Amino acid sequence: MSTVNGVQGEERDEYTKAESRWIRRRSLRLLGSLLHPLRAQLWVTMAVIVVSTAAQVAGPAIIAYGIDQGLPALMRQDWLPVGLAGLAYLVTGAAGAFLIAWYIRMAARVSQAVLIDLRTRVFLHTQKLSLEFHESYTSGRIISRQTSDLDAIRELMDEGINQLVRGLLYMLFTAIALVWLDWLSGLVLLATLLPLVALTRWFQVRSQKLFRRSRVASAKLIVQFVETMTGIRAVQAFRSERRNERVFGDLVEDYRDVNARALGLFAVYNPALNFMGYVAVAGVLLIGGFRVADGVLEVGVLLAAVLYTKRFFDPMEELAMFYNSYQSAASALEKISGVLEEQPSVPDPAEPVDLWTADGRVRFESVEFAYTPDRVVLPRFDLDVPAGQTVALVGSTGAGKSTLAKLISRFYDPTDGVVELDGVDLRRMHPKDLRRAIVMVTQEAYLFSGSVADNIALGKPEATFDEIVSAAKAVGAHEFIEGLPNGYDTDVNKRGGRVSAGQRQLISFARAFLADPAVLILDEATSSLDIPSERLVQEGLQTLLADRTAVIIAHRLSTVAIADRVLVMEHGRIVEDGSPADLIGGTGRFAALHAAWRDSLV
Amino acid sequence: MTATRPTLHPPHAERTGTVRALMRLRTYVGPAMPAIYASMAAYLVAQLIALAIPQVLEAIVDGPLADGDRDAIVPLALLVLALGAGEAAMFALRRWLVIGPTTRVEARMRDALYAKLQDLPVSFHDRWPSGQLLSRAVSDLGLIRRWLAFGLVLLVMNLVVIVVGAVVLISMSWMLGLVFLACSIPLWIVGYRFEGRYSEVSRRSQDQSGDLATAVEESVHGIRVLKAFGRGKHALSSFRAQAEQLRSTEIEKARLDANIWVWILIVPAVALAICLVLGVQLAAQGELSVGQLVAFFATAAVLAWPIESIGFLLAFSLDARTATDRYFDIMDSENAVRDPERPAALDAPRGELAFTDVHFRYQDSPERFGDLLDGVDLVLRPGETMALVGLTGCGKTTMTALTTRLYDVTSGSVTLDGVDVRAFRREELRRHIAMAFEDATLFSASVRENVLLGRPELTGDAAADPAVAAEAERVLDEALRIAQAGFAYDLPDGVDTKVGEEGMSLSGGQRQRLALARAVAAKPAVLVLDDPLSALDVATEARVEAELRTVLASTTALIVAHRPSTVMLADRVALLEDGRITAVGTHSELLHESEHYRFVISSLEDEERRAQAEASDLIDGEGLESRPTASVATRPAEQTEPKEAIR
Repeated sequence: MSTVNGVQGEERDEYTKAESRWIRRRSLRLLGSLLHPLRAQLWVTMAVIVVSTAAQVAGPAIIAYGIDQGLPALMRQDWLPVGLAGLAYLVTGAAGAFLIAWYIRMAARVSQAVLIDLRTRVFLHTQKLSLEFHESYTSGRIISRQTSDLDAIRELMDEGINQLVRGLLYMLFTAIALVWLDWLSGLVLLATLLPLVALTRWFQVRSQKLFRRSRVASAKLIVQFVETMTGIRAVQAFRSERRNERVFGDLVEDYRDVNARALGLFAVYNPALNFMGYVAVAGVLLIGGFRVADGVLEVGVLLAAVLYTKRFFDPMEELAMFYNSYQSAASALEKISGVLEEQPSVPDPAEPVDLWTADGRVRFESVEFAYTPDRVVLPRFDLDVPAGQTVALVGSTGAGKSTLAKLISRFYDPTDGVVELDGVDLRRMHPKDLRRAIVMVTQEAYLFSGSVADNIALGKPEATFDEIVSAAKAVGAHEFIEGLPNGYDTDVNKRGGRVSAGQRQLISFARAFLADPAVLILDEATSSLDIPSERLVQEGLQTLLADRTAVIIAHRLSTVAIADRVLVMEHGRIVEDGSPADLIGGTGRFAALHAAWRDSLV
Repeated sequence: MTATRPTLHPPHAERTGTVRALMRLRTYVGPAMPAIYASMAAYLVAQLIALAIPQVLEAIVDGPLADGDRDAIVPLALLVLALGAGEAAMFALRRWLVIGPTTRVEARMRDALYAKLQDLPVSFHDRWPSGQLLSRAVSDLGLIRRWLAFGLVLLVMNLVVIVVGAVVLISMSWMLGLVFLACSIPLWIVGYRFEGRYSEVSRRSQDQSGDLATAVEESVHGIRVLKAFGRGKHALSSFRAQAEQLRSTEIEKARLDANIWVWILIVPAVALAICLVLGVQLAAQGELSVGQLVAFFATAAVLAWPIESIGFLLAFSLDARTATDRYFDIMDSENAVRDPERPAALDAPRGELAFTDVHFRYQDSPERFGDLLDGVDLVLRPGETMALVGLTGCGKTTMTALTTRLYDVTSGSVTLDGVDVRAFRREELRRHIAMAFEDATLFSASVRENVLLGRPELTGDAAADPAVAAEAERVLDEALRIAQAGFAYDLPDGVDTKVGEEGMSLSGGQRQRLALARAVAAKPAVLVLDDPLSALDVATEARVEAELRTVLASTTALIVAHRPSTVMLADRVALLEDGRITAVGTHSELLHESEHYRFVISSLEDEERRAQAEASDLIDGEGLESRPTASVATRPAEQTEPKEAIR
């Protein structure tokens, strides 16, 4: 079903029947795969709940026995039946209570196991999906899949399933008890089932659409909220608070409106159920009453029949509640299963080629890259970078430098042709080998919450503290880190706004240094550094790049000094290629660029 | 009745917390209170009807059934049906009444939280990860709404119903009634104890899910880094660890929940077992009619749910209390950066920006560190462009943030035309002073809206007026031209293309140029640019600078500069060193006078040496003098392959 494959069509309110079926199957498959490993526990849990519900349902029958048998017996001074009834009531009550407590704990274990499994899967899959997906799907949506949608599923697992299983079993046992006690009353109950099903069906159809809309509305709300909070400086500096409030206010109102409609549906459904319960009670009372008056039915049995009939409808409200959480969870699961269905456009190889230690020779063979067929970014080209060479990529913004870098680091795969490392197609390399061999540092130096040391150690998780410090020293980050309140242990998140852009870049540089790859790609990695820091980094780079392949993209041509080779790019093509000295000495673009840059240094 | 007291009005002072904490909701819930009371009333009527039905049963059993009077059964059965219809109608009413009011309370609280967060200064946001804020804005408020609509109504009214039911039971048979009630007392005690433990675990669980949300956000926002280093697994393991913590908290919660359920179920079972034996004995002795016995059990059945529900409702109330606390954690945060009571106003500021003995330190900066800004004195004359130069981390960005009060000075003052910036309303101040940041944030809106962000009078409904629309177009064109952001016209929908998180992703340089265009379009008296050209290539930077000169001729500007090229835009340069301005002058003056300035800004000496060395080694020394023109014929890529590549 190509129209709803993966995350396609996720924002729509309506689906065709075939599409709905496709989506439902997909999410059921996901659910099945989540529950499968837990099936043993599930069976035990089921057994416990069956026994405990049976114990709970026994109550009215025991009371009926107590009144009908116990009372006449006691008139004869026979305490046994009423004593038995009392004891039975106590025992079933206690057994029911302890079993339900047991069930609650087991159900929590099962549901938490499912949740952690699902969280892990979505997290892992999100990490696997290519940048292309992330760029088009947007971070706000992928975050709400992993937060609010998972919350909806958690709610279902925590309360919903509990309600469904207990409710259904309760109704089943109640109906059985009623038929066993008095089949005529059972017949009355059966007669009310038809309108009950019709009512529930009506409710289901209406609510499904509303819950889907509610998810969409809440996702929009979340995106607006997160974007405001992460961009608070710009919000305040440009006085967008009032306008944002209006936008957010509208989203809040949309969300409120959908929620209110859904709640309105409940306000019709639940009381209607309740009323039907009384219709059944009145029927049982009437039919049973005639027979008691005629002396063919005992009073205690009538009481039990009335209690059972009324109780039969009790869980219906809970079941409707279950429907509430079920609907939210179902549409959440549909969306999550959609994300999980997305195939990474940069997939891991099925049979990876071993490449433990790479020399670092990078080769592009008739490579072409296009985002869409009519948007060719890099027309067909060849390029060979021998191991150990330092290449500077130069050209104006949008010339395709970053795209080329992303092909080497396999953020994207070429549309056509092959990118190789040491003669091995990148697509055939194990991701571990690939990431160990090739590391890219970008301009956006993202820091994760945790200490400065943690952030550097991301380059090599097993690094010792000394290694971390020497990496920081090598890139000239040591001094400023020492100057932070807690040195290397300073939490960058708490003072996130205070580690400057340049300092972030230094930290991410140290990170790359520590990773020690065979191929290092620096995409504008020094853009925010001040000149003294850049000088230090340059010195560090001389030694750092000596025995490894490097591709450096920098607008500041100072980097070129340390390059063995310069590639000038324009409109996706490599238009000049040569040693820095040759190019500077020539009359090409690079000579012009370099001259302009030197002018700017005065 | 007294048995219910400990729950709502506990004897110990520190226990009053829950009620007092929830009472704080009054400000927002006020308008919904009549509806909530009405809903309570409807619920009470419904429950009273439910309690009346057993009385009808008694009448049937002791009347027509005992007498064998078939005809009398029909009207009584119809009465049951009528009462049932009434109960259902009241239930519907109970729900209907609160839908509008409580969802509006939720919406109002959400709007208020958002407004408060936008108002709080940047220093607050430095401390609070957005995941924590988000979980308050979404799940906590949803929980509070559900509690108001169901939890509160049911908790209060079920207590009332239990009392009424107890009275009914006692009036039927004081002995049975007392036994039933005496047996529920352990339930209150257990519920009371449950309160403390559950609230602690519940808060922990909510905090942990907030942390987990933050971890998710970081893993998505930092996806490029994680991918570049192949650290997806590593991130997963720390995410897993957090998720495991949440799991064990949830299981702990379930354990507490299970324990209270044992009590909730076992107590009525004991009570009813005793009542059964006792009741049958009373009936055998003729002290109780069979109808009364039937009515007793039917009433007890009605009361079962209110009694059972108390534990759940208490837990719900504690969750709501936790959510309320978390909400007010933010709403109570004091905003030190406030608008003055009697704000100053400037119609047409000249644009004189002055820093006088400005000190600044971050609140959580340890005492052993001096102030980050330690007595900054600097005056920007109207129309002057001042470059601000200094080492990374010396406080340049902080200094720029002080001008628009993203932070407030610790002591000293920043003045605009001689008026302390703290004397203005922030809205006005930020109209006079526009900023561009190094990390350019764009919002999920069109390029047009992003660029005209500082000109609300030119966007939205106002743009319906053709004159305004034309002006907007002119401002937009000009700003995009100055910032060299003409690429925007080539986007799929031109300047109406949506950018930002939900829109097209742009490169760092593109975003920076749009952010610059935004600052320029705001037409401020003072322009504050924090290294606005760092991500641009040399050629684009040169063009932007040429265009900027025209703007800067008439505008006061403070520009953080890392590069000599940016410094060249400025009339004068200020050198920030060790928290003070140690030198002010023209670029060439400072080059001569200040060694530190040369160290910070000039790569020329090194470069000169290196370049000249290269030049003498590799070219014949004239290469640098003869400057080639910019237009060079394109050579096919194949021909430019270096020798070593063609093997």
